[in-house]
Amino acid sequence: MSGNEAVARGAWEAGTHYATGYPGTPSTEIIETLSGYPGVTAEWSTNEKVAFDVATGVSLAGKRALVTMKHVGLNVAADSFMVLPYSGCIGGFVVVSADDPGMHSSQNEQDNRYFAKFGKVPLLEPVDPQEAKDFVRIAFDISERFETPVLLRTTTRISHTKGVVTLGEPVTPSPKSYETDIPRFLVPPFARRLRPLVEERLERLQEFSESFEYNRVEEGDPGVGVITSGVAYQYAREVLPHATYLRLGMSFPFPVAMVRRFCERFDQVLVIEEGEPFLEESLRVNGIDNVVGKQKIPLTGELNPEILAHAIHGTPPPKSYADEMPIPPRPPLFCLGCPHRGVFYALKKRMKAGVVALGDIGCYTLGGLPPYSSMQTSLCMGASVGNALGFAQATGDNGDRKAVGIIGDGTFLHGGIPGLIDMVYKKSLATLVICDNSTTAMTGQQQNPASGKTIAGEAAPRVDLVRLIESIGVDFVRVIDPYDIQDLRKTLSAAIRHPGPSVVIARHACLMIREEREKVREPIRFDPEPCNFCKACYEFGCPAIDWSDESGPIIDELQCMGCEMCATFCGPGALQPAEAVGLALGDGAS
Amino acid sequence: MTEGITNVLMAGVGGQGVLVAGETLALAALADGLEAKQSEVHGVAQRGGSVVSHVRFGPRVHSPLIRCGEASVLYAAERLEALRYAHHLKPGGNIVMDDRAIQPIRMPDAPDTQYPEEVPEFLRSKRYEVLVLEAVREAETLGDKRCANVLLLGALATRLQIGDEAWNLALRERLPAKVLEPVPS
Repeated sequence: MSGNEAVARGAWEAGTHYATGYPGTPSTEIIETLSGYPGVTAEWSTNEKVAFDVATGVSLAGKRALVTMKHVGLNVAADSFMVLPYSGCIGGFVVVSADDPGMHSSQNEQDNRYFAKFGKVPLLEPVDPQEAKDFVRIAFDISERFETPVLLRTTTRISHTKGVVTLGEPVTPSPKSYETDIPRFLVPPFARRLRPLVEERLERLQEFSESFEYNRVEEGDPGVGVITSGVAYQYAREVLPHATYLRLGMSFPFPVAMVRRFCERFDQVLVIEEGEPFLEESLRVNGIDNVVGKQKIPLTGELNPEILAHAIHGTPPPKSYADEMPIPPRPPLFCLGCPHRGVFYALKKRMKAGVVALGDIGCYTLGGLPPYSSMQTSLCMGASVGNALGFAQATGDNGDRKAVGIIGDGTFLHGGIPGLIDMVYKKSLATLVICDNSTTAMTGQQQNPASGKTIAGEAAPRVDLVRLIESIGVDFVRVIDPYDIQDLRKTLSAAIRHPGPSVVIARHACLMIREEREKVREPIRFDPEPCNFCKACYEFGCPAIDWSDESGPIIDELQCMGCEMCATFCGPGALQPAEAVGLALGDGAS
Repeated sequence: MTEGITNVLMAGVGGQGVLVAGETLALAALADGLEAKQSEVHGVAQRGGSVVSHVRFGPRVHSPLIRCGEASVLYAAERLEALRYAHHLKPGGNIVMDDRAIQPIRMPDAPDTQYPEEVPEFLRSKRYEVLVLEAVREAETLGDKRCANVLLLGALATRLQIGDEAWNLALRERLPAKVLEPVPS
């Protein structure tokens, strides 16, 4: 099973009562998998802070709670994460942060081991799926024994690696219950009394860390000492198979005495870690200086065996054949029939009129890349709304630029709503386009409060975006189908001209949702007779439309999904829906 | 470095079934009594883009990633992807590839990117052992183009030391019967 599936299994074995989180690569499959286990409730929350607070409530009520998120998700939950250690928890409380070194599907690299130190909570770092499972159970035990949240930190290559996992039997946690204790849980008035207790707890955790069974030495060559943790341990094992290893399964609180004893055995110790010099700094701050770490091992990007071999032995990895043969890139694209394609095509046309599109996090971030290049910024979840508000504030209503925020339905619910309230409150002239595909698409079509379904696919109350936005005080709210590009362009123009905040909801379900995908559609028909070679269809950037200067568009009928967006703007009517040319659905597909 | 380990790099285009093929191989290795690890990346990186899965098996496997230059076999479901990842092989390594070409999208605003021709010939000139199939075409004549990966896995099996029984177990566990039935055994 994968590391994520192993975390879910571990949570089930540990008797987790409730698990929640917000989808984010590479953490998503934990909640999805756990929702299939009996006896545990696992469901999505609207954002990571909500998830964290809900899980805290479960813990205070005496039950075991798990909360999962990707690394940047912990930034959203940080307000809660930093304070909970003051009161501590009752039922076991485990926070899973899945970091993404190399940014396979993320906007930044951040080493969340520092969050453990920052928030003063114990940190566990598994080296493979087996430990990912086992550490969840251990984390719950530590959490209840020391009354503290525990951070279980994985990375992409732990979360998405499949390996053999030996299963355990489920346990029943010892019963706990909430007892009123205002001086402990009403933090602000009692924070000064609680503050030293956090340090006292850390001292006890430090003692625990010194003899923790997963902080252990693996004997090898007595001349070569290596300290490592996480997946970096596995790469080190490939490159230095015979070294003596100290692997740290619990790297905060740092087991100083144990590490010092280890380092005294060697002239020099190699510290191999992915990302920041977290272990190395812990060594140096304790006066252990016979170490080499980030002087040799790269700090940026994902580590792998060839990078490590290059860093240690100086052996360069083999070069690709790009010098001898053309190897064109194959970048990620909007899927065939993706409704976002219409939005960015329409926006591209508006850019000539000085529109600046300030974007957000989701599949639609691809709208910033060729052939659209019409979304110009993307920073983090929910930023588009405030960014557009600020941009409009600075450029003014008579300026030659008009700010448009671009956000998805899931991201709007996650972090966009407060910004929109401010747009109204501050009488902004910015426009917000909500690309509503009724799902959290980028992480694999997870349900959200606007999709009307639970994680199990059952009916759930559905947030009515129009009523929500109107109730905030936005008086220009229009819902359009981005498949109708002419309507989309007209509505966008009207929204931009509107003398106040305006919202356009471009609503069409993601075609990756199973029911949408299974709808049968006929490929578009090309009639060469009226074609005027304007090339608009080719410039639309659909993977199913290629171009020939002799004959016009070439439709790949195997790829065409029949979304018919191209037909809505083909001036001479050369591209037509199959039905319009007299072909009924289901017959005559060549 | 890593004794007794077989490294298979599986490459293709998102949607071709490369990740499922990788899982099938890993399951076959497990069924043969070996330890196996498989690693890949999910998320937006996959949307119609280049996809790669690392499969490693042997008595004891550490790294989930194959060190570049140490792959024993490259399984490529598409010609350009075979070329893109060939340098991950060790000298003289095996390539099992479908000669199918999937054009990356041409960008209207960008200069034409040339799609490489004669890839198998080029790779042979680099002294790799290249086995070329027209798997999708053959699968279509069998009646279901989704069988293409089964045909490629069959070709891959001739380059590996995994028993037939283990392969059959893995194929039945990971793939639907309708994809297996049309393939002659």
